[in-house]
Amino acid sequence: MTSAHQPGHHSEVHLRVNGKPVTLDVDHRRVLLDLLREDLDLTGSKKGCDHGQCGACTVLVDGRRLNSCLLLAVTLDGSEVTTVEGLGGDGEEPHPLQRAFLDRDAFQCGYCTPGQLCSAVGMLAEAAAGHPSHVTDPAAPSGSPVALDRAEIRERLSGNLCRCGAYPRIVEAVEDVIE
Amino acid sequence: MTATALGAPAERREGRQKVSGGARYAAEYTLPGRAHAWPVPATVAHGRVTGVDTAAALALPGVLAVLTPGDAPRLATPEDATLAVLQSPDVPHRGWPVALAVAETPEAARAAARAVRVDYAGAPHDVTLTEGHPDAYAPEEVSSGAAHVEHGDPEAAFAAAEVRVDAVYRVPPLHNHPMEPHASTAHWDGDRLTVYTSSQGGTTVRSVLAQLFELDEDRITVEAEHVGGGFGSKGTPRPDVVLAALAARHTGRPVTLAYPRRDLPAVVGHRAPTVQRLRLGADRDGRLTAVLHEVTTHTSHVKEFVEQAAVVSRVMYATPALRSAHHVVPLDVPSPSWMRAPGEAPGMYALESAVDELAHALGTDPVDLRVRNEPGSEPGTGRPFSSRHLVECLREGARRFGWAGRDPRPRSRREGPLLIGTGVAAATYPVQVAPSTATAQALPDGTFTIRLNAADIGTGARTVLAQVAADALGVPLDRVRTEVGRSELPPAPLAGGSSGTASWGWAVHEACAELAARLAAHTGPPPAEGVEVRADTTGKADAESPYARHAFGAHFAETAVDTVTGEVRVRRLLGIFAAGRILNARTGRSQFTGGMTMGLGMALTEHSSLDPAFGDFTESDLAAYHVPAHADVPDIEADWIEEDDPHLNPMGSKGIGEIGIVGTAAAIGNAVHHATGVRFRELPLTPDRILPALSAEE
Repeated sequence: MTSAHQPGHHSEVHLRVNGKPVTLDVDHRRVLLDLLREDLDLTGSKKGCDHGQCGACTVLVDGRRLNSCLLLAVTLDGSEVTTVEGLGGDGEEPHPLQRAFLDRDAFQCGYCTPGQLCSAVGMLAEAAAGHPSHVTDPAAPSGSPVALDRAEIRERLSGNLCRCGAYPRIVEAVEDVIE
Repeated sequence: MTATALGAPAERREGRQKVSGGARYAAEYTLPGRAHAWPVPATVAHGRVTGVDTAAALALPGVLAVLTPGDAPRLATPEDATLAVLQSPDVPHRGWPVALAVAETPEAARAAARAVRVDYAGAPHDVTLTEGHPDAYAPEEVSSGAAHVEHGDPEAAFAAAEVRVDAVYRVPPLHNHPMEPHASTAHWDGDRLTVYTSSQGGTTVRSVLAQLFELDEDRITVEAEHVGGGFGSKGTPRPDVVLAALAARHTGRPVTLAYPRRDLPAVVGHRAPTVQRLRLGADRDGRLTAVLHEVTTHTSHVKEFVEQAAVVSRVMYATPALRSAHHVVPLDVPSPSWMRAPGEAPGMYALESAVDELAHALGTDPVDLRVRNEPGSEPGTGRPFSSRHLVECLREGARRFGWAGRDPRPRSRREGPLLIGTGVAAATYPVQVAPSTATAQALPDGTFTIRLNAADIGTGARTVLAQVAADALGVPLDRVRTEVGRSELPPAPLAGGSSGTASWGWAVHEACAELAARLAAHTGPPPAEGVEVRADTTGKADAESPYARHAFGAHFAETAVDTVTGEVRVRRLLGIFAAGRILNARTGRSQFTGGMTMGLGMALTEHSSLDPAFGDFTESDLAAYHVPAHADVPDIEADWIEEDDPHLNPMGSKGIGEIGIVGTAAAIGNAVHHATGVRFRELPLTPDRILPALSAEE
């Protein structure tokens, strides 16, 4: 078997993925999405476009939502990564948002779903931390939590495409978690 | 007897797996030693490969092979010529795969594909569809039957009509773009082939692979447990599964090919563009006297596919004179194929826009005009309808939407810089059903297992089939398991043409009814191995019906048009459907809503075009081809009228996967006309079109 690695073109990277320490020798071209899917067999994070256009690969890196297809794994040494497989923590019970997606039928084919879930979890934290969006009232006080009405939820989740058209149900599921 | 499961909003059975990340899709079968493939798309629009230099690619670390038209394993000639990949140096269109790199990792495969040098002998190309293109011809058939239907004297009737609409509507090429790219993982074990593939119909994938690789079907296993959407583009096998199997055979390794998003539009089919001339003639009372619907579309030089947009005019309105006709122009373009409601979606955009224009010309309410032209039998054939509740959908929709009291005058509502308008359009989609097999097994513990090779592409097939079974068996839903998505299960037709649930459900119902009868005659629990019954609906499901069978619907839209930016926003969207019995209220609503969302994209954002110089789709990825995002989509409301139709299948259901898209674009376009007073006849309604027209109007 020929190695895919060229000398000098790979490095060791240490991560925590869903709470577990991981050390890997990674090809410098390898993005976090492929590290998760190919090296760790965590295939919950999806590859819809590989170009940061669809959001199916969204994961949480140090608590922030990011497109894992755009992150070179070699740049993430020391990071904490949470994927859809880790959203519920160690327990058997799903994350409340996962439960809300089931209750609302907030998906059909399921391919964008992991990204929608991770993105929504990250988005809720951003709003709680006072990050404004394009539709936030400019007069709202800076730094205080942003109330999430439907326009806010839609705006903030617009990086996650769903071709099955589950958007109205996804918004309801997110509202269920806020309430 | 238990409460009926059919119609209940049962939760999706695979839902837990999908929200937890546990559901595996075709590219996610990490078999030991698996390699990755990457295609090399042709960079000329027409011509021939004269040489492939693989040396630089093969010298890269981790590269296993580069397959070329010269050395790839030979295939038997496929019925679908788009699958004859790497078999000939001919390049029928830009993007056609001309080589395939295989390597240890996706990164190495991508680098290898880039390093392959391909030389071509180019030939002149033409990718531009025009209405009067000299190569246009009248095809013999479209997928639903005759390409040309005519009765009465439509030209004379139109010329003599008291009120006339004569307009040309244009729909650009559109892309399915399911969120999961077309992907397959193939593995050979001697002369046994196993593929995990993203398909709407694994039974057909197996038979096509058997033919191509000249194997008995029992040597081939096809698995498609979870499929990340298809919308027609995965209805039959596409090149990914053939290329993956070729690469696996050539290298002796399991190989995954996940087709790169940007390369998909050229190889998986698209909705062909249509230029549609609509001529409607009516008397002063608004009764149609002539309907002429003439469609020009394109196909490729690889195969003929006709976007059958004119067929809707054979179904919708009563008229003494009808012409419904198609012309097709073979161009050096990628092969078009099915995209959600192929024919109906663009056809109803044109017809329902024209009906709105007629209503405006007559000064008649567009709901009333449609009601006035309700036919007693199917206009194209004279057959009676098995059921038709379009008028009820229109009336119920009008009531729910608050249509009464609408000021019909264009530009009658203004909110600051926004012009507000409302519009209506009808929808139709045929009832299609195909023979299927299924088994039903009773086990000693009181549970039941239903097995058939259905595909759950997001419709909730597992769930609804369990509901069908539970009712036929007279047992609670939680006692029924469903197994789908594997070719060792009883053969079943594809999830397409809104026919899946009807076709599969019929076989499941038959198997379960027979099983229930057998169990009733049996005393004591079933034996340890269970009792199994197999059903085959051949001869029943495909029997000719004396009825015209179609679902109908009505769409209502409210739009706001920004006079400063030219942006159109949909504020409200309502769809009311009459589609037989709705078998699962929860997943059914999701399908209607999803179709309407795609229709919203067709109306406002989705646009592709063929670059005349380069010959490929300009908008080929999700950054350039704009599918609707969260912020584009308002609170879409979808509901239905209970319809009791005994002429369908044992469940009384019509298909629901496609009708949601059908009338959406016309309803939105009609609302934009009401808002602005300008009639736009080309989709999508993007600011570059809206703003200049508004400025001209001011």
